[in-house]
Amino acid sequence: MSVPQEHDYIGLSEENKASDKILSSEIETKNVLNLKETELRLGLPGSESPERKSGNGVSLFWKDEGNNGFSQSPLKNFVSGAKRDFSDAIKGSGKWALSINGGSEGDLEKNDGLFSPRGYKGNNTLPEKEIPPVKPVEEKKIESGNNTPANKAQVVGWPPIRSFRKNTLATNSPKNSDVTAKSGSRCLYVKVSMDGAPYLRKIDLKTYRSYMELSSALEKMFSCFTIGQYGEGFAGKERLSESHIMDLLHGSEYVLTYEDKDGDWMLVGDVPWEMFTDSCKRLRIMKGSDAIGLAPRTMQKCKSQK
Amino acid sequence: MPFSKNQMDPDPPEDSPSNSTNSEGANAPQSPFPDEVLEKVLSFIDSHKDRSSVSLVRKDWYNAERWTRAKLFIGNCYAVSPEIVARRFPRIKSVILKGKPRFSDFNMLPRDWGANVHSWLVVFAKVYPFLEELRLKRMFVTDESLELLAKSFPGFKALSLLSCDGFSGNGLKAIVSHCRNLTELDIQDCVTEDFAGDWLSSFPENFASLEILNFASLNSEVSFDDLERLVSQCKSLRVLKVNESITLDLLQRLLMHASQLTELGTGSFSQELTPRQYEEIERAFSNCKNLQVLSGLWEASSLYLPLIYGACAGLTFLNLSDVALQSGEFAKLLAYCPNLRRLWVTDTVEDKGLEAVGSTCPLLEELRVFPADPYDRDQRDGVTEVGFLAVSRGCRKLHYVLYFCRRMTNAAVVTIVRNCPNFTHFRLCIMNPREPDYLTNGPMDEGFGAVAKTCTKLKRLSISGLLTDLTFEYIGKYAKNLETLSVAFAGSSDRGMQYVLEGCPKLRKLEIRDCPFGNAALLSGRGKYEMMRSLWMSSCAVTIKGCRLLAKEKPGLNVEVISEEENDESQADKVYVYRSVAGPRRDAPPFVITF
Repeated sequence: MSVPQEHDYIGLSEENKASDKILSSEIETKNVLNLKETELRLGLPGSESPERKSGNGVSLFWKDEGNNGFSQSPLKNFVSGAKRDFSDAIKGSGKWALSINGGSEGDLEKNDGLFSPRGYKGNNTLPEKEIPPVKPVEEKKIESGNNTPANKAQVVGWPPIRSFRKNTLATNSPKNSDVTAKSGSRCLYVKVSMDGAPYLRKIDLKTYRSYMELSSALEKMFSCFTIGQYGEGFAGKERLSESHIMDLLHGSEYVLTYEDKDGDWMLVGDVPWEMFTDSCKRLRIMKGSDAIGLAPRTMQKCKSQK
Repeated sequence: MPFSKNQMDPDPPEDSPSNSTNSEGANAPQSPFPDEVLEKVLSFIDSHKDRSSVSLVRKDWYNAERWTRAKLFIGNCYAVSPEIVARRFPRIKSVILKGKPRFSDFNMLPRDWGANVHSWLVVFAKVYPFLEELRLKRMFVTDESLELLAKSFPGFKALSLLSCDGFSGNGLKAIVSHCRNLTELDIQDCVTEDFAGDWLSSFPENFASLEILNFASLNSEVSFDDLERLVSQCKSLRVLKVNESITLDLLQRLLMHASQLTELGTGSFSQELTPRQYEEIERAFSNCKNLQVLSGLWEASSLYLPLIYGACAGLTFLNLSDVALQSGEFAKLLAYCPNLRRLWVTDTVEDKGLEAVGSTCPLLEELRVFPADPYDRDQRDGVTEVGFLAVSRGCRKLHYVLYFCRRMTNAAVVTIVRNCPNFTHFRLCIMNPREPDYLTNGPMDEGFGAVAKTCTKLKRLSISGLLTDLTFEYIGKYAKNLETLSVAFAGSSDRGMQYVLEGCPKLRKLEIRDCPFGNAALLSGRGKYEMMRSLWMSSCAVTIKGCRLLAKEKPGLNVEVISEEENDESQADKVYVYRSVAGPRRDAPPFVITF
């Protein structure tokens, strides 16, 4: 499958023609390196990025069928619709490109070439074949060995932080701005990510008083999407019944989910608004078909909440 | 002190101290001191390194030393066997025992790799009935072992478990219910799964001897009533570190009983408080006039931080690594801590927070900055070279740093070590592997070279970022006091590792991952590894063949390999090399190849 022409909007396609040099020893500019290595990850946070195949430049869409098999069309819409919005940002420093791809560094480590067997100065002291790739099997050990949320693909044991410490703050409350009053008012900034979007947004949950307000705000923010269907379900209700959620899931393209204090990904809408804002750490607008598995579990969880 | 087989001579002369002069033979000079005098003098020597030196002087000194040694330090549990130890040292009261290589902390070793303490306890139970203290680090400790410990040593006083795993609440129950003289129970950084909290309730009714209690990392709910009773009865309690299940209002009640504490680890610090509760808690903290160490503070927000202000005047160690503070609230807190020597924070305080450190903590000697979200690569927050620079300008006594950041420059590092040339521990972790100097896009060779060159007292170094062999050349050339070196994603060729092996005379621990060092590099250290405690290499270019060769040449070394395949040409995924007088270990699990 050839790389679709949409790539050009990022302004990267020129560099990426030299895709075979992804693993080259010359690091000309950091910009170029970053842009080359960037690939948009569009899968669930838990999916492992497939080994980078040589010859790939930047691709918006996974070629690897191992990923959740979503269709390309909504993303195409997103891409072209948003072209004007963020193309300016893109033309800025190449460092931006790194932020697109939450997993790009993870991919880098897994590839043999990044071993840089050829020295920085170009001294090729080790033939590449002597260095076997860091095997993907190491990724599996992440699950068995430690407690980090499965949604972060990473190099085993890097950065060198002890397991117990990883947990304490990964599920910590989102950033609070400084507070002067003792009234208990806080800002609750949470990140909002969307499958397929090249960047995240941050919103203050405290500025909304209901799911409906939240939903319409998100709708405006990520305007190309059809969250509207989901949002309408909240009209006049604080809670949704399970069957209602299932209707929406089957109907809509995207579904709003959130990560709670325990690190679990939950469907938005099950619990009273206050309980939701208390436990929400970040939001994710997920492809509807991926979120189906969440619904039964969230019902169980709701019952066990105090 | 070079390692010598005599250190652990398995068959010391059978003589009792008073006969040792006779064993020398007719031509040996008589000792100028009677043995009693020698033993008396030696009993003042505490450091195990000094004692090792003493034991090498002559046979009678060796004997006097072994009879008077009360504290045992074993840096690698596989370097020696319990039987050998028991034969040499008859009168041990305190043991420090360390097991797994450090990278096991980062999940790089399977759970059942080894370092099981049980076989040690079985021997100790027979030979050291008067054992009082046991401090374990990175050991595998089962409940069965804890039960054996609890029942075998009637005078047992102090148990410390650091980075251990394998036990549950049942094991602790055995300890607290049987050890009537327990003064210390210190559980830190241990990996424990579902942990019942009823161990704490197993302290006997009138138990009153506890001085140190740390269960901060155990994630179980304990009975507060039993905890309160315990704290109120133990009048000598000076260290109390509770876990997250203890809320602020409960903590206040504990503090009422224990205002003499010198070290406090709070529980959860986020709770809806009434103004009256707030005042009571504030007062409870202010009453703790002897506090030197403070930690915990889970979920503390700017709302509740002021509660501790009254307790901070004497603080020398503030550990904020479990809470994500912002720069503003952090700076305000620092203003109340004029005596800080050690500070641990998360990078949520950002460079601005570190600037506050630079301006308010002139006595600071140690700084550790941990990443709040180490795997979130979208995040561009955290600390940078700016914060580190600010600290170095204001804290000229800084000698220990552990710094996690996402960008750094050579220029900054050079300036930092010029400001603080007394670093003994310099651990810089630029979190993206092979990250270049972000200003020059070049390697970080010059920065780390400056560290090696300027910091003549440097004992421990961790390097990161984009690094070529030049970094290692600098290290080998200048870091003459270096004892521990940690390397990841660095170097260009075997020469890198060779520079270090050739150049650092005091090197004891070398841990390497994901570097292009192969068999040539590994084998070039053949003469050195017996002078070191251990070498770790993972995801490097070493093959099984290279390991086999090393093992064959050096019978005094244990060479262990974990690898997917076992043929000679396949990559040795994880290599662990260490000196040992006990031979290859017999408890190696099937996935560990021992040569």
